[in-house]
Amino acid sequence: METFADLTSLGSVVLIFISAAFTDNILLTRFLGMCSVLGVSKKVDPSMGLGAAVIFVTTCTAGLNHLVHAYLLAPLGLEYLRLITFIVVIAAFVQFVEMVVERVSEGLYNALGIFLPLITVNCAILGVSLFMLGTPYSLLQTLAYGAGAGTGWAFAITVIGGIREKVNEQALPRGLAGPGITLIIIGIMSLAFVGFSGMIRV
Amino acid sequence: MLVSIFSAAAFLAILTLILAAALLFAEHRILNYGPCTLDINDGGKTLVVTGGSSLLSSLAEKDVFIPSACGGRGSCAYCKVRVLEGGGVIGPVEESYLSPEDLKNQVRLSCQVKVRQDIRLAIPEELFLAKRFRGFLERKRMLTYDIVELRIVLREPQRIEFAAGQYIQLESEEYAGHDAVMRAYSISSPPSDDGHVEVIIRKIPEGICTTWVFDHLQEGREIFFSGPYGDFQLTETKAPAVFIAGGSGMAPIWSILREMLQRGDKRQAMYFFSGRTKDDLFFTEELFALEKELPDFRYIPCLTREPEDSDWKGERGRIPKVLPRFIADAAGFEAYLCGSTSLIDACVAALKQAGINESNIFYDKFE
Ligand SMILES: Cc1cc2nc3c(=O)[nH]c(=O)nc-3n(C[C@H](O)[C@H](O)[C@H](O)COP(=O)(O)OP(=O)(O)OC[C@H]3O[C@@H](n4cnc5c(N)ncnc54)[C@H](O)[C@@H]3O)c2cc1C
Repeated sequence: METFADLTSLGSVVLIFISAAFTDNILLTRFLGMCSVLGVSKKVDPSMGLGAAVIFVTTCTAGLNHLVHAYLLAPLGLEYLRLITFIVVIAAFVQFVEMVVERVSEGLYNALGIFLPLITVNCAILGVSLFMLGTPYSLLQTLAYGAGAGTGWAFAITVIGGIREKVNEQALPRGLAGPGITLIIIGIMSLAFVGFSGMIRV
Repeated sequence: MLVSIFSAAAFLAILTLILAAALLFAEHRILNYGPCTLDINDGGKTLVVTGGSSLLSSLAEKDVFIPSACGGRGSCAYCKVRVLEGGGVIGPVEESYLSPEDLKNQVRLSCQVKVRQDIRLAIPEELFLAKRFRGFLERKRMLTYDIVELRIVLREPQRIEFAAGQYIQLESEEYAGHDAVMRAYSISSPPSDDGHVEVIIRKIPEGICTTWVFDHLQEGREIFFSGPYGDFQLTETKAPAVFIAGGSGMAPIWSILREMLQRGDKRQAMYFFSGRTKDDLFFTEELFALEKELPDFRYIPCLTREPEDSDWKGERGRIPKVLPRFIADAAGFEAYLCGSTSLIDACVAALKQAGINESNIFYDKFE
């Protein structure tokens, strides 16, 4: 935490974003949000769609949950309820977004429609809200952290989707097709991401 | 300790209540599309509904019942209608059920189309005649070891108008972890008995609706169904008719034959009924009695698995084998088939071989 003390607040925001996206990639170093990756990452297009939705939702819910924590849970001394409270807030928010998207753009609704419910149960989103509590971020820093984590997740699933598009699953042994090969790809990618570790200390 | 448990519960309860209320409010404000006009068949009928629900349920609200077997979940593809304008984008659920031809004809699944604006659509006229009925199960009797007959007395509306051969959509209730479903059953009673509806149902192992009918539905219970639907019915011609059925495929033909009797229809008619053994036959006496009551009618039950040494004197063998001995030249005949896909396909092939005109073949496949 002393890392931030000597940084201007804008600088810290950028740093937090980058570290959340790369050094501390929520998918590749924390292995969160795995189920949607296994399910959706067959192709690049849907991966990017889901990724975009996740970026939006992590950013907003991180901010919301930050406020809920700072102004509701902490003053009331109910911090031990954060897990379930965050889940409820995220679920409600996703529902709300679904409604707005449906009303505003039917095309976007059809493109994202199947992903939005998936997001409610995406543990990366909840993870972001919980991890941000580990460090005393300001609201702006929290938003940067949420956006960064979401971007990192979206980046990872898009790359995995790209790799899986190139992999000819027919040529694989049957037990390896699908989730098997995906987990191996993720494993190799997270080895690569180990290289980032320690570059920025958050 | 108690206080903290209580405050936690209270906090969560209040939080979820507030969020739920906010969501309901948002839904009311955001997803409120106001009144929308449904223009059916180019002004044939105009309905004003509140937007926001599916086309299927909006129509049902106004007593236009599109057949649907899955209750609007987008898995049966029965509820197809033509949406000419205002249907919006085709969603991923729907896409998999629409053939290229459907797409060309602007066919949509009405359960997946949400009413967000004025919609122009086209549906078959006969669907206007379909209604939802409430009735009571007056009688339930086993016809064979796996076929049951239900007799429903109508309460609301009290009368039904239909053509012999049409079907209804019976609504099963929830039971033992199964949702309520709707399934098609042909009416076996004649149209003259318009205060009742009879259906004949064969038990399907593990079938949701049939298990409900066989194991849960008792006499005296309230029953809901909608109908009538379908265009399987006797033509207005005088052409000789050949009826073919197996199992519960008896139902529409039993209705048609009794209707012929009442109307004094004089056309020549033959009825081939397929079963494995004698135990599969039902209404046998009544059908042989019809041979005397109708001017030119023959009932020909065909058994495929009847033991060689039994006292069965009727036909043995599959209908496609038996049929040519009775109808050497089928040109000029009209054929009405009802039952399983395999029976229908085999018999249609045999009929074609006997020279029937393909446009004179009518059938209802039960699967
Ligand atoms: C126009 C029309 C008219 C019909 N009229 C009658 C009728 O008069 N009497 C009657 O008994 N049925 C009739 N049926 C069939 C009926 O609608 C149901 O499909 C059937 O009763 C099974 O429903 P379920 O809910 O019990 O089975 P489900 O739970 O829907 O199905 C269970 C399993 O059984 C299979 N299955 C479904 N139907 C059949 C079948 N007919 N034969 C063999 N396997 C099947 C399914 O593929 C599934 O795997 C008609 C169908 C149509 C389309």
